[in-house]
Amino acid sequence: MPARRVRKGVPERRVTLAATDPPAAGLDRSQLLDLYRWMYLARVAEERLEILQRQGHITGSIYRGLGQEAGAVGAAYALHRRDDGSGDVLAHTVRATGALFLFGGRPIDLFRQYLARSTSPTGGRETNVHWVDDARGIIGPVSPLGTMLEVMAGVALSFRMREEKRVGVAFCGDGASSTGAWHEGLGFAAAQRVPLVLMVEANQWAFSTPTSRNTRVVSFADKAPAYGIEAQSVDGTDVVAVWEATRRAADRARGGGGVQMVEMRYFRRLGHAQHDPQDYVDPEVLAAWKERDPLDRHGARLLDSGSASEEELERLRNEIDVEIREAAERAVAEPTPSGEDALGRVYTDVSTPVPWTRREGVDRGVG
Amino acid sequence: MDATGGEMEPAVPEHLTKTRRGEPVTFLEAIAEALFEEMEHDERVFLLGEDIGAYGGAFKVTRGFLEHFGSDRVIDTPIAEGGFTGAAAGAAHMGLRPVVEMQFMDFVSPAYDVITNYVATSLYRGAGPLPLVIRGPVGGGNRGGPFHSQNVEMAFFHTPGLKIVYPSTAYDAKGLLKAAIRDDNPVIFEEHKGLYRAPSLREVLPDEDYVVPLGRARTVRSGDDVTIVTYGSMVYRSLEAADVAEHEDGISVEILDLRTLLPLDEDAIVESVRSTGKLLVVHEDTRTGGIAGEVAMRVSERAFEWLDGPMLRVTAIDAPVPYAATLEDYFLPQSRDVLAAVRYLARY
Repeated sequence: MPARRVRKGVPERRVTLAATDPPAAGLDRSQLLDLYRWMYLARVAEERLEILQRQGHITGSIYRGLGQEAGAVGAAYALHRRDDGSGDVLAHTVRATGALFLFGGRPIDLFRQYLARSTSPTGGRETNVHWVDDARGIIGPVSPLGTMLEVMAGVALSFRMREEKRVGVAFCGDGASSTGAWHEGLGFAAAQRVPLVLMVEANQWAFSTPTSRNTRVVSFADKAPAYGIEAQSVDGTDVVAVWEATRRAADRARGGGGVQMVEMRYFRRLGHAQHDPQDYVDPEVLAAWKERDPLDRHGARLLDSGSASEEELERLRNEIDVEIREAAERAVAEPTPSGEDALGRVYTDVSTPVPWTRREGVDRGVG
Repeated sequence: MDATGGEMEPAVPEHLTKTRRGEPVTFLEAIAEALFEEMEHDERVFLLGEDIGAYGGAFKVTRGFLEHFGSDRVIDTPIAEGGFTGAAAGAAHMGLRPVVEMQFMDFVSPAYDVITNYVATSLYRGAGPLPLVIRGPVGGGNRGGPFHSQNVEMAFFHTPGLKIVYPSTAYDAKGLLKAAIRDDNPVIFEEHKGLYRAPSLREVLPDEDYVVPLGRARTVRSGDDVTIVTYGSMVYRSLEAADVAEHEDGISVEILDLRTLLPLDEDAIVESVRSTGKLLVVHEDTRTGGIAGEVAMRVSERAFEWLDGPMLRVTAIDAPVPYAATLEDYFLPQSRDVLAAVRYLARY
């Protein structure tokens, strides 16, 4: 896949083509290592989910972002991450685990979510990456696609109204881009010129439906001119390229330049979820994309440029392997919520009644 | 800003000072005053909607607001109800208190997804409360046809996490809207357009910052023989019927105005039915899946032994809202329908 794409009919001023040749991009050695670390963390955490599912600990679906780690990590690394509620705000997706981790979401919380533990950020009421941490600027998604564009338009609107130098960042897959919510959210955000960066995960699939059945455009960046917004299209397997494009987009949005789109071009190398064997994908295509594995690419770059030694990388990987295994073991040992926790908090001020059939003595005609 | 750089308080638009001047206001003016006062009182409150700025809204509820509060707090939106309702949700998440105007509540349906899936579930999902009001005109009788006349309460009644308010008087409209804006939960606020400028509803409101708490019904009229549970414009059809029943038949009718549909004031309903033994539910909304079914179940659960007759309902017919006056009048429940049902129940 070419790193540079020039399309007919797309105004050049609207589409900035990002291509970077590290280490010229302004990342020092420790930052380049950092990127590797976060990508590896995301990958190993997701691999651990598979193990937990095979062991029977996870009953729901699991989702992976194999091959998309550079997009999630490169983007989040370019943003202002804080833990006091003053930073940029991220709406990730289920395939952007690395972005969630970079913003301060902990691997153990990911496990707790999938394992439905009472200790999870949602107390077992929601699954996977669907959680919110306002101090860290994390607004997890909901399953209906496109909704987060609408919501993040409003989050970014609040930044503009309060004159805060913050940006909202919404990830979306290419399936989401077909929804009315995507159009309505993007249209509103663009018209209001709010500081929003849209990261399009162009992984070429919406479940089993290829991009060509979702849209006639060959690049989602082609949609940007119709909204009057700027777009970049980058090689989503190159973590540095994504980092640089996102930094540029966030700078523009922060500076009052309105909504920015960054299309990350890559490939979903596993099924939609673990239950999808992805037998509709040509194995040769899969093999070709495996050759472009973002972690391997970045690792090779670190080694080739002398930024890291193989021993260093191996030590780093071993540390993360242990960290992830221990986090998973801890999460597994934690309790699931008790049934009546389902009553939860539906309203701030109105409680949900206990079902009358569960009152003592009802089946004996009393109570 | 004035020449010295100090804040200059822009004058309150003349038409929004009636209560301050001790003059009566219409139902619509009461709503406008509530919005205006809440925006003055709390800078987190802002408005989103179609044509609410320079035009002042389809029914002119927000006339003068743009000049007073500026385009950051009175936001004209694209025709994208899902988009701007979702944006309101995002702003609410960040601590603002948006009030969304649907030009007609019939057009809330594109926002159904974000309201039910995102907004209503937020607190339960651990994503925090979403203080958000979605308000707009509802109801028939104005020859608006199928798409400018609907009542939307039952589309949302089944969604835990939402509150639904439907006032019938100017006093309640103002106090309930203020309470809704201050509520930490998302509120659907229905305004019957037939009440907006009804001369008979004009009243002098207290010149003070009052609220009407959500979740409490109001006894419109006390009586001994039959309880009518109703809301919105049907409060007036029910009153007309009750007056006739009293004068012509000597039937004593109690009328309960629900005011808030979700959560239902079950205690008030049960208490009234236990005292009269007869229940009639009257709603302008269509019949099947209307709120009458839920009210009747609550009464069955908690006042079955007190009932002296069947629980009945008077509602619109199960059809889209028709345009022609003859058709719409047939479609809508009329006071003679209420009267017939009251007489039937009283004699049962």
